[in-house]
Amino acid sequence: MLDVERIRNDFPILSRTVHGKPLAYLDNAATSHKPRAVIQALSEYYETYNSNVHRGVHSLSMEATDRYEEAREKVARFINAGAPESIIWTRNATESINLVARSWGESNISEGDEIVLTRLEHHSNLVPWQRVAAKKGAVLKFLDLTEDGRLDLDGADSVINTKTKLLAVTHVSNALGTVVPVKELAGMARSVGAAVLVDGAQSVPHQPVDVEELDCDFLAISGHKMMGPTGIGALYARRDVLEQMEPFLYGGEMVLEVSYEGASWNDLPMRFEAGTPNIAGAIGLGAAVDYLAGLGMENVREHEKQLTAYALDGLRGLEEIDLFGPWDVDSRGGILSFYSSDVHPHDLGTFLDQEGVAIRTGHHCAMPLMGALGVPATARASLYVYNTEQEVDTLVDALKRALRYFGDGASAAR
Amino acid sequence: MEHRLLDELYQDAILEHRRSPRNRRELARPDLVGCAVNPFCGDEVAVQIVLERGRIAEIGVQAEGCSINQATASMASEAVLGLTLAQADTLRALFAGMMGGADLSGEERGRMGELNTLAGVREYPVRIKCALLIWGAIEDTISSYGEPGV
Repeated sequence: MLDVERIRNDFPILSRTVHGKPLAYLDNAATSHKPRAVIQALSEYYETYNSNVHRGVHSLSMEATDRYEEAREKVARFINAGAPESIIWTRNATESINLVARSWGESNISEGDEIVLTRLEHHSNLVPWQRVAAKKGAVLKFLDLTEDGRLDLDGADSVINTKTKLLAVTHVSNALGTVVPVKELAGMARSVGAAVLVDGAQSVPHQPVDVEELDCDFLAISGHKMMGPTGIGALYARRDVLEQMEPFLYGGEMVLEVSYEGASWNDLPMRFEAGTPNIAGAIGLGAAVDYLAGLGMENVREHEKQLTAYALDGLRGLEEIDLFGPWDVDSRGGILSFYSSDVHPHDLGTFLDQEGVAIRTGHHCAMPLMGALGVPATARASLYVYNTEQEVDTLVDALKRALRYFGDGASAAR
Repeated sequence: MEHRLLDELYQDAILEHRRSPRNRRELARPDLVGCAVNPFCGDEVAVQIVLERGRIAEIGVQAEGCSINQATASMASEAVLGLTLAQADTLRALFAGMMGGADLSGEERGRMGELNTLAGVREYPVRIKCALLIWGAIEDTISSYGEPGV
């Protein structure tokens, strides 16, 4: 069992108040808070060895390069990637997916090929493939959902067929919390010779993720959702696949030799990292990975499962709301998306904010999914390892009062 | 009393309009149509207008979204009835000015009528868009005047 109070003490922001109430931050699927170790890693870089990487022969540059490359090794170990060259720094998970779409997708996907996604995808794992399909004359196919927001595996083996060139799926849905059985789907994709991309933005921060076990070619990672700084993300790609890929951006750092007429490409991973990278961000993400590894990802997942079960129990008592996604915590990450026809999610969000409770309201960058659920938007509470049962109680209690406040005949009750 | 700050935002009039929205119907034979979408939240408002002697004789509004959006749509639909398109556009600019923090004169406040109850939205900057959506739809509707086929 994790000592959550002790963990909370590592996060300076958690002691602040909002509108005079203690902050109950339940918007972790949007971004997570940063432990002191990450904040210190950033300031230590800028205060003591700020310098560019892979360029100078001076001490500061060598220190910066060492720490920057150590961070890459940490991320590689964290997801069992083997070689650190399989980790490409990006700005975020969105850029990671775009890199694959532009570089791998445009050279490997041809007319008539099929790209298989799920109905759950975040816009970042949908729109890039729409563009590839439009450019190359390929076809998008979707794995459907069951009523409780799980993936309907019954039809999956016909959707994934010999025409499938790529399976690109989220690991955990940011909108519903559904845990997608990636390993099983990847097995189907492998059997027809398709490549596999996993959007790990909502899984890597919350549970053990092992790219060997998932058997994926690509894994998109978001830094800021896993306690790292904003502006840093990573792409894991199988080394032999990366070797065959055309660079995504061109410029300094990614080249080996340049003449006025042409250029040759640098080794991996630099071939995909043109220009001065987010050095502080990468080092900060390395510190975040250290912090998470110190807690143990099994423990993080266990804490969130217990807290999710507790939250599901609390929300079950509210008749006015519909809760989306699976009820079984083994099939759900710490994301609770709900809707009440009595109160629009934005009104709920404003009410909860007055109580110090931070949740996300809106379409969660999954507009087609909202349409499929038949709602304009949802309210979403998302948990992390530093959240407590007390914060969930605050949420449920505030929700009850919000429903009273906005419900019919509310004026009299005010 | 418990939610004093919120009550400034969610005035009784606003909650009442949200529960009983005025002019919430789709006009079968409008002279002008328009709509607006807030991509941030996906909320949508559609408007149809019937003109008689240059004035807004009938208005139909379909507002999907939060209570601020729906209440503003309802109040605005009442406020523009009987106005010329130019007057409706002036009222739109006046309301947008109020959301932007402009001090309105007594005469201007008089013209705004019940829409004044939305002044509290200014304290919630992310919600200002919700109150402006109907006006975006009205602007879009006005701009369709004179377009072929309308």
